[in-house]
Amino acid sequence: MDKHPKTLLVIVAEAVLERALVREARERGAQSWTVAEVHGAGREGVREGDWEADRTVEIRVICDAPVADAIAEHVMATYAAHYSVTMYFAAVQVLRPDRF
Amino acid sequence: MIDVVVFFFLLGVFARLVRSDLRLPEALYETLSIYLLLAIGLKGGIELSRQPLAALLPQVLACVAMGFAIPFVLFPLLRWLKLAAADAASVAAHFGSVSVVTYAVASAALTRRGIPYESHAALWVAVMEAPGLAAGILLARWSSRAANSANASRRTDWAALGHDVLFGKSVLLLLGGLTIGAIAGVEGTAPIKAVFVDPFKGVLALFLLELGLVAGGRLAEVRRFGAAVLVVGLGVPPMLALAGAAVGLALGLSTGGVALLATLAASASYIAAPTAMRIAVPEANAALSITVALGITFPFNIVVGIPAYIALAQRLHA
Repeated sequence: MDKHPKTLLVIVAEAVLERALVREARERGAQSWTVAEVHGAGREGVREGDWEADRTVEIRVICDAPVADAIAEHVMATYAAHYSVTMYFAAVQVLRPDRF
Repeated sequence: MIDVVVFFFLLGVFARLVRSDLRLPEALYETLSIYLLLAIGLKGGIELSRQPLAALLPQVLACVAMGFAIPFVLFPLLRWLKLAAADAASVAAHFGSVSVVTYAVASAALTRRGIPYESHAALWVAVMEAPGLAAGILLARWSSRAANSANASRRTDWAALGHDVLFGKSVLLLLGGLTIGAIAGVEGTAPIKAVFVDPFKGVLALFLLELGLVAGGRLAEVRRFGAAVLVVGLGVPPMLALAGAAVGLALGLSTGGVALLATLAASASYIAAPTAMRIAVPEANAALSITVALGITFPFNIVVGIPAYIALAQRLHA
């Protein structure tokens, strides 16, 4: 099977940022992503997602490494100071590279 | 005598405090809130169809002005209580905007006591959501500009924010319900009465159970922020209620109407405001505002405030 290397960028952030984050990821070359609602805790405290202002989303973007870096740099510069944002990268393999 | 729906709220708080595993599914929370907003809108709209619209204009203008003015009055007070400028602006915006559920509990209490009120009051709720938020954002901008901080250069995307508030769930459903009710009238809405009018209080009770769970979770935060949030959360609502009642009297509202306007002035938003402030004033501590609005002011208004505001309106009208 023909596998191709790509980067998975996962952004965990406050749900209010979802629309902006997706838009900004697309502007930087992301072609496909998925968003899931999650709940959990971090240094800033517990976010249980009980009601509108308490929701957290996990945005998963599979793309080329430079695109992932560009998105992550932008997110760090724009949101890290005042919002709860976590990001991590992983190397993944995909079957149809032109889709990502 | 405490209204029966309030017991459900207290049950929710209790369940949270004893760490019960009780949790309402998120989809139900979402459904209940959509139901309540639509039902409140519809009820107001049906009454609206019997009113000359021009007569409502002074009320609408007064509500908008009051919502916009509240943050400007509160801001210096909150600064005096040593809140950071961004936090003071955010908390002030929460009070400037309104809590729909607090309104629903107040109107249910009036109905139970047989005190008449302007049934189109849902219109006041709908127009009071946004002005306080705008005022809070302006205060945050001006204070950060005055402090010459790094945030001063950031622009507010008013178009996007306006879109989010005006077409957000609460205003859209309230105004949508009002419009549908006004067009359809009493006869037109008769077929859906069995869903949107009769079970209202039962649904409100269920929703308050959920809010009790959420509010109970914020109580632990009160200790983290100390006495200032208690002073603000308990001291501000009665003060604003007096102002709201005064505006209601000046508008020539009924006893119930004065009580509702006092309640709306005293209530703090915990749905529209946190989201709008998070986007527009990110440097403000969101947990602080939410603890005040949902952990302290909401329970206070539901349990103590509303009966007091009704008594106040009755005394003022006597």
